This record gives sequence, structure tokens and C-alpha cells, in this order.
Amino acid sequence: MAKFKGTVVVNTDCCKGCELCIEACPLKILGMSHHCNSKGYHYVELKDEDACIGCASCGYVCPDACLTIYKVKL
Amino acid sequence: MTAKEIIKPENLVYTKTKVMTDVPMHYCPGCSHGVIHKLIAEAIEEMGIQEKTIGVAPVGCSVFAYNYLDVDFQEAAHGRAPAVATAIKRLQPDKCVFTYQGDGDLAAIGTAETIHTCNRGENIVIFFINNAIYGMTGGQMAPTTLEGMKTSTCPYGRNTDIYGFPLKISDLLAELDGTCYVTRQSVHKVGNIVKAKKAIKKALQNSMDGKGTSVVEFVSSCNSGWKMSPHKANLWMEENMFAKYPLGDLKDTEKKHYGQ
Ligand SMILES: Cc1ncc(C[n+]2csc(CCOP(=O)(O)OP(=O)(O)O)c2C)c(N)n1
Ligand code: SF4
Repeated sequence: MAKFKGTVVVNTDCCKGCELCIEACPLKILGMSHHCNSKGYHYVELKDEDACIGCASCGYVCPDACLTIYKVKL
Repeated sequence: MTAKEIIKPENLVYTKTKVMTDVPMHYCPGCSHGVIHKLIAEAIEEMGIQEKTIGVAPVGCSVFAYNYLDVDFQEAAHGRAPAVATAIKRLQPDKCVFTYQGDGDLAAIGTAETIHTCNRGENIVIFFINNAIYGMTGGQMAPTTLEGMKTSTCPYGRNTDIYGFPLKISDLLAELDGTCYVTRQSVHKVGNIVKAKKAIKKALQNSMDGKGTSVVEFVSSCNSGWKMSPHKANLWMEENMFAKYPLGDLKDTEKKHYGQ
């Protein structure tokens, strides 16, 4: 069982759908939404809420600083 | 445990730094400029020097850097940022002064300013974003373009017989007595991002300590100009750019003093 549990809050309006976070996530649990934001970009979302360990890899690589990461120790 | 229970201020591990404004950045999706802006802002926040820092913006894609970083800024004419930064730092020696420049700005039109500023050992930081191309104007060949690399002005690939060789300007700057710290970093992976931030902090501290000129080169991607997806551009960069522009410190000393 994971020692940490995390979650990602996406600022969907500033996401440009570059998908760099999807590649950076070690667990590959981020994916593109079917919805678009006000600029017409598909934005990223956390596909598997339970699996996130809050490592913030996605946040570091995001060029537009759209991701906020929280984590708790279990 | 639900997301709602986790989302509390005490559990926050990463968010946008307050040294960045809320203005949405105009860069293409996946552009390295955004990550580098973020790192400079985070470094400034962590060092507590927001009120003391003055940036100089270039001409190039990052021409609007002053809209995104919440510190004092001056815009310079194309390539002249190091000259402007020289004046600012000389007039206000207690300030931390940096330029932010692309390879077209720093290594083409501004070569003279870059070299002479480093040679004078001005106590400033030069952040150099090397994407091997003129991004803003449509992906033309830059002095840093790799041999054989296709751009809009060398569609068959850079032919060194006609256009010369990729300019390793950081290596050149490391040879000058005025520079104290010259390093080459990248921001495509978490590990590299952590290292790059350390380099940024060291360079900013050098400016405060009056050690000489610091140059932090970021080997970057321009996925629009290279005509690749952001992820593919990063892979291409790892495969091709790092061979010509290897990462790591090129120099780490204090500037030489020969007396009056
Ligand atoms: C005096 C002058 N000459 C030419 C230009 C056109 N121009 C604008 S940006 C640019 C190149 C910028 O390339 P680079 O510094 O590599 O930055 P990037 O856009 O790739 O980030 C050029 C040639 C200009 N604005 N002013
Ligand atoms: S915090 Fe880590 S595990 Fe969670 S989505 Fe981001 S990269 Fe993946």
C-alpha cells in the first residue's frame, strides 16, 4: 500500500493541453478531459484519484503553473 | 480518504509561486519558457529578494516576460539586454539584476553586448534560453542551430559549408575572465528542473555578492518551431541537442581581480 496519498487540482482555464504532465507522472494516471476550456484546449485531469501519491512531478513540469498538488501521509 | 479531505492548506506540496502574476502566458503549449519563468520566480521567492530584483526582458518569444514575473522589469532593444542590465546594476549595486534572453537575441544580434558584458565582469545574471532557433519570428536558423537541423531558412538542414557551425557561446563566455559561473541546464524532466533551480539560485546569489557575471544556459525545446509535439520535442532535444550542448557546469570560480 502507498505510504502517501495525493491529489491534483487543475486550473482548467490555464491548461493548454501540452500533455507534458501526463508523461512526467510516474504512475501514468493523468489524462486529457473530453471537455474543452474557454480557449478551446482539452485540459488535463486526474483519471485515477486513488492512485496519486502526491509526488508533484506533474506540477514541476507544467509550463503554465496550472497544477496544485496536495498530499497526506497515511 | 477523499480528495476533499486531502485538499487543505497544511497538505499543500506544490502550487504556483506568488512571484508570478495571474496573467496567462502567451507561450505555445509545452514551451520551455514557461517552466524557466516559473523556476526563476520560485528561486526569487525562496531567496526573499522579490523587492530587490530587477529583470531585463529581450526581444523574442519572451518579450512579455515582464507581464508574468512580478518583479521590476525593463524591456531592452533586440540583443541589448546585457548593456541595459549593466547600467541598472552599476547605478543600483544593491539590486539583483538579471537578463532573460533567447539564442537569437544573445548569440546573434546581441553577441557584442553579451561578450563585452561578460568580459567586463558585470555583476549580473544572464539567463540564456537556447532553443536553437528564432522562435518568435517563425523558426528561422539561429547561430545555435544544429548541423543538419531543418529550419524555415535552411529547409534542407543547416549546411556548415554555407552557414558555419553551431555557436557554443557559453563555452566561449566561460573562457572570459569576467565570468564567475557558467552552467548549462535543462528543464525537461523533474530531476533537471530541480538542478536548474539550484543553478538559478547560485547565479542570483553571485549577482548579490558581486562575484562577476553568471550565465545560466537552458537547453530548451521550441516544439512549434521544430514542428513536433511537446513530448517528442523533448525527446529530440535529449537525443540531438545534448550531444552538441552537454549539460553541466562549464565554470565555477570568482572573477579575477588584477588591482587598479
Ligand atoms: C532590431 C531587430 N531586428 C530583428 C527583429 C526581429 N526579431 C524579433 S524576435 C527575433 C529572434 C528571436 O529569437 P530568440 O532570441 O532565439 O528567441 P525565441 O523567440 O526563440 O525565444 C527577431 C530576429 C527585431 N524585433 N528587432
Ligand atoms: S502528483 Fe505525482 S502521482 Fe500524482 S498525478 Fe502528479 S505526477 Fe502523478
